[in-house]
Amino acid sequence: MKFVLAGQPNSGKSTIFNSVAGYRAATANFPGSSISFTFSRALIHGHEVEVVDLPGIYSLISSKEDTGKAESYLLEESYDLIINVVDASRLGRSLELTMQLLELERPMIVALNMMDEAARGGMVVDPEELGRQIGVPVVPTVGRRGLGLKELFRRALQHAHQKDEIFALTLDREVEEALEEVAEMLEATDVGNNVPRRFVAEKLLERDPHFEREIYTRHPELKKQVRGVAAVLQKTHGWSADQVISGSRHAVAHCIEEEVVTLERPQIGWREWADRVFLHPWTGGPVMVAILGLLFWVVFRVGQRLEMPLVELTDRLAASLAEKLPPETLLGTLAGGALTGIAGGVAIVLPYLLPFLIGLAILEDSGYLPRMAYILDNFMHRIGLHGKSVLPLILGYGCSVPAIMSARILPSLRDRRITAVLASFIPCSARTIVIFGLVAAYLGPWWALGIYLLNLLIVVVLGNVLARTMKGASPGLILEIPELQLPQLKTLGAKTWLTLKEFITIAWPLLVVSSVVLGLLEWADAADAINALLAPLTVVLLGLPAAVGMTLVFGILRKELTLVMLVQALGTTQLSTVMNDGQMLTFTLFVVFYVPCVATIAVMAKELGWRDTAVISAFSVVLAVVIGLAGRFSYALFS
Amino acid sequence: MMALDTVDVKRRVRVMVIDGGHRVRSHLNTLGIHIGDWLTVVERAPFKGPVLVEVNGTRLALGRGVAAKIRVDLDGTLEPLVRRPSEAEAEQK
Repeated sequence: MKFVLAGQPNSGKSTIFNSVAGYRAATANFPGSSISFTFSRALIHGHEVEVVDLPGIYSLISSKEDTGKAESYLLEESYDLIINVVDASRLGRSLELTMQLLELERPMIVALNMMDEAARGGMVVDPEELGRQIGVPVVPTVGRRGLGLKELFRRALQHAHQKDEIFALTLDREVEEALEEVAEMLEATDVGNNVPRRFVAEKLLERDPHFEREIYTRHPELKKQVRGVAAVLQKTHGWSADQVISGSRHAVAHCIEEEVVTLERPQIGWREWADRVFLHPWTGGPVMVAILGLLFWVVFRVGQRLEMPLVELTDRLAASLAEKLPPETLLGTLAGGALTGIAGGVAIVLPYLLPFLIGLAILEDSGYLPRMAYILDNFMHRIGLHGKSVLPLILGYGCSVPAIMSARILPSLRDRRITAVLASFIPCSARTIVIFGLVAAYLGPWWALGIYLLNLLIVVVLGNVLARTMKGASPGLILEIPELQLPQLKTLGAKTWLTLKEFITIAWPLLVVSSVVLGLLEWADAADAINALLAPLTVVLLGLPAAVGMTLVFGILRKELTLVMLVQALGTTQLSTVMNDGQMLTFTLFVVFYVPCVATIAVMAKELGWRDTAVISAFSVVLAVVIGLAGRFSYALFS
Repeated sequence: MMALDTVDVKRRVRVMVIDGGHRVRSHLNTLGIHIGDWLTVVERAPFKGPVLVEVNGTRLALGRGVAAKIRVDLDGTLEPLVRRPSEAEAEQK
């Protein structure tokens, strides 16, 4: 048994998915937060069911630049039931997609989600009546609070077994006639025996590039015939065929909405007041700066509080270990290396990572990010980018991998590429740990803030340069601003855990292994050779201790490694005894900018191609050297 | 008739014409802005930033460039060109 969750962006598909599958699909309160499919097996009322969470789609129309993966999945794959998740507070608009899904003639039920939000907006939706109007079962749900989900899946199972026939809703008489005419042509040429002909006919009349390519390459004679029907439709209505069809669908959806919705007075609550402040022309900007500043300050203070006692503890452990197993022996080297790796994870990485992830999760879940895009759109356009670029860039502070992937929410290929490149230069949480653990801890928080601002400045300049060199203008911003939500503790916890789990299962073992390897290399005196090889860069150019050479090599695996390896390479957690402030600053600046980590390189290669990835990586090293140098000399100059 | 980017905050207006290419139009359609729809301008970002509009209960941020392509009527006295009478109907009259 296989269920597919389909619906418009930000309608709550992933939240419903997670309720049966455990927290697997990342959820957030902005349109386009799911960028890839998530599959899961779940046990629902004793039946084993595969559930698929599709990325949100506004309609079943594929554009030139989007291959329309969710659309082709819905059309071509085999599954037992579509669960169409509908945002009740945007019923009319959502029904237009529901109508298109019905045209697929697959078994379907509707989850009428966000009933609470609709009620706040003064809409009372009658699910029974809606079910009668569209001919499939409708179950009211509030996904965020888990209401109605049991009933939803009970009905889903029941309905998937029944295999009722599904009928498309009737559109305008002229549209229906045109659809029938094209469907007959398709039947005559034997096209579309596996897919509903009415659906294909509609796509051809709408001039959907995907379907036109698929069908006209095999049956070029159809092109003229179908265009002829479209021309008739255009002549009678005065609009192009696609507009006639979408207009007709809109009219039907609107009629259904009027039948099933009773309007009441909308409640004006804290959300409305908060939005007045967040989006106000005068207060919006300053409030945004304050929110980001608060996030920075909290991460620093909490991290500092947690780090100090933990470092003391791990130092004591290391000292007692060194007494029992002297580091000159092989066993002592191995044990010491392993301990440094484990301790580095606990004492240096986690104290900053944890509050940072929670803060970012709050920003994502509250729905504040699209508001930032609104406030910054004008600025982004000035430098030649799109307002929506803000979303991937902010996500980049968490991890570059999802940030680069989320650049897909941008409408044009050009903006996607520029944003993906820029996102890789944003200091991710791993680089944040180096900034906080080294610069903020030893030089003070203002220096750390300075690094962020410098980085931002460079990203802006780089974005501007890229925007000028790449052809094409950015299309205007069209972005839905979802209602503000109070982030729920459960979701925040699950979300933080999802990222943390990745750190614990992937990065931490890597930290320990790398630490041991570095220990072994030092024990065998091989580290010196590599350090000597890198000395022209580290010692001559950047003025750092030679021992940091190895740490930079390990940093390509994961950026946190540089800091933990630094402890191992220099043999102390009291870094201020072996490096001066200027060296720490230079080192951090270099780490922030040089080569993205392996995982980022892999995802960049997937999104941008190997050639561009290689160019960007090489460029990032040059940039890192230049900025490191600048940091070195300006610090020497001003102190 | 005026462009949406010049409408004052809190004004309720009716969409008359959507200029611009097929892509912009269909994107606006799927997000709930059609010819003949009523929308309210909620906020205008300073320095030629985007316009925030509310349409059918949804809030949308529209860049100034996009907003300039949407032409609206302030008091709703004009009837938008929803459908041109077909030749057959014209003949009957």
